[in-house]
Amino acid sequence: MNDALLSVRNLSVSFSTYGQTAEVLKDVSLDVPARSQIALVGESGSGKTVTMKAIMGLLHHPPATITGGQIFYDGRDLLTMPARERLKLRGTAMSMVFQDPMSSLNPVFTIGDQMGTILKYADRRLGRSRGKVERMARVHEVLGQVRMRDPERVTRSYPIMLSGGMRQRVLIAMALLSEPKLLIADEPGTALDVTTQAQILKLLKDLVEERGLALMMITHNLGVVRETSSYVYVMNKGVVVEHRPTAELFASPADPYTKALIGAVPRLTGGSGFGRAGAAA
Amino acid sequence: MSAMLEIVRLSKHFPVRNGFGRQTGEVRAVDDVSFSIEKGKVYGLAGESGSGKSTIARMIMGLTRPTSGDILLDGRNITGDTGTRAYGRKVQMVFQNPGSSLNPRRTVGQSIAVPLDAHGHPRSDRTRRIVELLEMVQLPAEFASRYPHELSGGQKQRVAIARALAVVPQLIVLDEPTSALDVSVQAKVMDLLVDLGRQLELTFLFISHDLSLMRNFAQQVGVLYLGKIVETGPTATVFENPQHDYTRLLLASVPVISAEEAAMRPVIPLIDGEIPTAEQLLALRNAGGPDSQRIEQ
Repeated sequence: MNDALLSVRNLSVSFSTYGQTAEVLKDVSLDVPARSQIALVGESGSGKTVTMKAIMGLLHHPPATITGGQIFYDGRDLLTMPARERLKLRGTAMSMVFQDPMSSLNPVFTIGDQMGTILKYADRRLGRSRGKVERMARVHEVLGQVRMRDPERVTRSYPIMLSGGMRQRVLIAMALLSEPKLLIADEPGTALDVTTQAQILKLLKDLVEERGLALMMITHNLGVVRETSSYVYVMNKGVVVEHRPTAELFASPADPYTKALIGAVPRLTGGSGFGRAGAAA
Repeated sequence: MSAMLEIVRLSKHFPVRNGFGRQTGEVRAVDDVSFSIEKGKVYGLAGESGSGKSTIARMIMGLTRPTSGDILLDGRNITGDTGTRAYGRKVQMVFQNPGSSLNPRRTVGQSIAVPLDAHGHPRSDRTRRIVELLEMVQLPAEFASRYPHELSGGQKQRVAIARALAVVPQLIVLDEPTSALDVSVQAKVMDLLVDLGRQLELTFLFISHDLSLMRNFAQQVGVLYLGKIVETGPTATVFENPQHDYTRLLLASVPVISAEEAAMRPVIPLIDGEIPTAEQLLALRNAGGPDSQRIEQ
């Protein structure tokens, strides 16, 4: 195909419930080149999460059915490869940073237990093995990479003992455990205060640049798109309505939906005012 | 010009108790807060979680008793009679999440009828008034017989606004009214609030963590940090020339969509390559200004 690390070609997904079928993704194509930072932006119901789930293989069937298209990772189609092969990639070559740091962590295990377990099974899938001591060393190393000041204390903590920002850092660390090449971040920091969110976004950007990862940022916040990505795909009702370099998108949006969406965002400089908000919905 | 709402040295302290019920300390959730809102204006309270903004809203609504201080509504001290019917006629609130603030077992019409009944609106006029209120929030009359689950998020929030308007209040407390909505829906709900404010000469207390939204809606703004107002003034002045470090940090953290906006954000020095937390930044300021050696940039 092409040389992108991740390439989604004409992906269509429908959901069927009670005999009715709804097409939620129509011919979605997108590329994530290696070491690039791309964003997938859309409002609720636009299909951005379904796209992410299809890529990660997290769609449940039923109700979801992939009705067409291919998803290439490193030139290999994820949808036709054997399940065992695909399992080897998930959480290792490509990993996810989840949105809600409270519900994505198990409240009854320490952070060290949870990260150790993730690493153990990632190793097993890849046919590697390492001892408990080595595993913990790796966990501490990764926690250090997400700028945790005291990794030993964090590994002994239960999720409730950490602040929202720290928990989000733990989720990023979990995604980095097996040195992925592609990081998919689903609305990171949305559940956090604005100052904490800014810290998390900066951390994520620094990590991606330092380590040469590709980042796919899924978000509804156009400000986050502008600050974290260089190329952007805008989705609406299961269709990619516009895709171009981020700076260009904000300078001259072409699609009417994108225009309305950008017009609806309140400006920090004021004067954008309400009353001329577009009919984006 | 007179003040619709005046808050004078308002405080709320919550006791911290140990396992035996003995008081071991107190949390100053709201600490000596004063501000006032002119009639027909919008005052924005900005702050992050734990700043005390919701506690202030609760005290104004009479849901929590202040530890000390006064709340003056239209020049009358109401610290004693919050929670009474007469008070409820003047002050109403729109909550954050319409999904949980509307009763799922009541139709829209029934939900709007609750304040009408409670405040003795004549029964014979009820249906007409419900339709009128729905019209005010730009919803068709047949919505009166629908249930909340049949409505979208924006429509639900319109119903919550209609319910707040039912008793013709003078002051409406908006607690993050659009934080659960998509940005295009948010713009429409904000439009509606601006229009209603103008038509009905309403005064709003607007509580939000979204500074961009606040910039476009509130004329005056107060920035809350750990229960104290650290900075207050006309919105444009505070945003263009923030004086307090915390205000600067908040503004610097907002993700924006244009270069002009990015240019007006204050530059916050990085500590060890990271954006500092509010505590770090303020501690540094107290320790001798941002020029101390731990700052790299």
